[in-house]
Amino acid sequence: MKKIIVIVLLSIIALGIFASLQQIPFGKSKSKVGKYYLQNSKEETGASNVVTSVVVGYRGFDTLGEITVLFLATIGLGAVLATFKKKENGQPEKASLILTTGCRFLFPLILLFGSYIFIFGHLSPGGGFQGGAVIASAFLLIYLGCRGKRVNKVGSSVLESLGGLVFIVLGLVGLTLGGHYYLSNFLPKGEYNTLFSAGIIPLIYIAIGLKVGSELSGIIDLMMEETR
Amino acid sequence: MSFLQDYIYYIGAFGLVFIGLFIMLTKHNLIKVIIGLSILETGVNLFLISVGYITNGTAPIFSKPGLDISTMVDPVPQALVLTAIVIGLAVLALALSLSIAAYKHFGTLDLRKIKEQRW
Repeated sequence: MKKIIVIVLLSIIALGIFASLQQIPFGKSKSKVGKYYLQNSKEETGASNVVTSVVVGYRGFDTLGEITVLFLATIGLGAVLATFKKKENGQPEKASLILTTGCRFLFPLILLFGSYIFIFGHLSPGGGFQGGAVIASAFLLIYLGCRGKRVNKVGSSVLESLGGLVFIVLGLVGLTLGGHYYLSNFLPKGEYNTLFSAGIIPLIYIAIGLKVGSELSGIIDLMMEETR
Repeated sequence: MSFLQDYIYYIGAFGLVFIGLFIMLTKHNLIKVIIGLSILETGVNLFLISVGYITNGTAPIFSKPGLDISTMVDPVPQALVLTAIVIGLAVLALALSLSIAAYKHFGTLDLRKIKEQRW
């Protein structure tokens, strides 16, 4: 009975959406803002990846809010899970030799790949959030494969605070030195399409990558603690 | 039939949205409701990306000289979806931690058996 009501309701919503979707042509022209970004991002930000120049350059303040949301979610998760008493049930079962060796071999390679993604975020697909997620997946592999190893809490929180601090300080320095707005690009743009280009954009993406990586590893640490 | 060919991405995206809504409205297990939320979010992200697509377009990256901006897709929806994915991940982690807390408090994940909730 409940399912029939739900299906009727959803089909009414679907009819409304179907009527309005016919007004949006698929595969046609871009918005004016998108055209502006594509034409001017080369001169204004110096990053060859236009999505990066939008995320960190034109809308850098939004990105600061975004990493704040992720930070709040981590704090909330820690606060919710810390209200319960942990029960100690001894040492976890050891994994087999092949699994442990494979994890130890893959761990530095995944870290290297994650750092590559966020360092080259202004030249190729990728960026701080994606690289941070790859780094957190390396820690997830360690948690699943090599039982008993933990993330260093002090190092993780130092990296996380450092990432946020670098972002805010770079924005404030840009406010005083460069232009009249927060996060203005005060460093030289450099040669186009090389690693040392685009001013502060790679620096901010490295900071975001460290912050997101350590925050997601912290989430994994808190969640895996429950299963011990 | 031409409508199907032209709008297949929109239909797929809203198909995911409706599957997610259906799961959220009919299932009683808290974990399944969260899975439905995640599917709904994927559908919304796919819809936003497909609005920015242009036919035969490339990624908006000037990786080599001579790329024309008229063949590039719109970068604004991609930047917005990048934000939306991260926020969605944060929401998912927080919802899962709350359901862990609910399981430890009530001893069940079935929404019908949690007596203290009021609609």
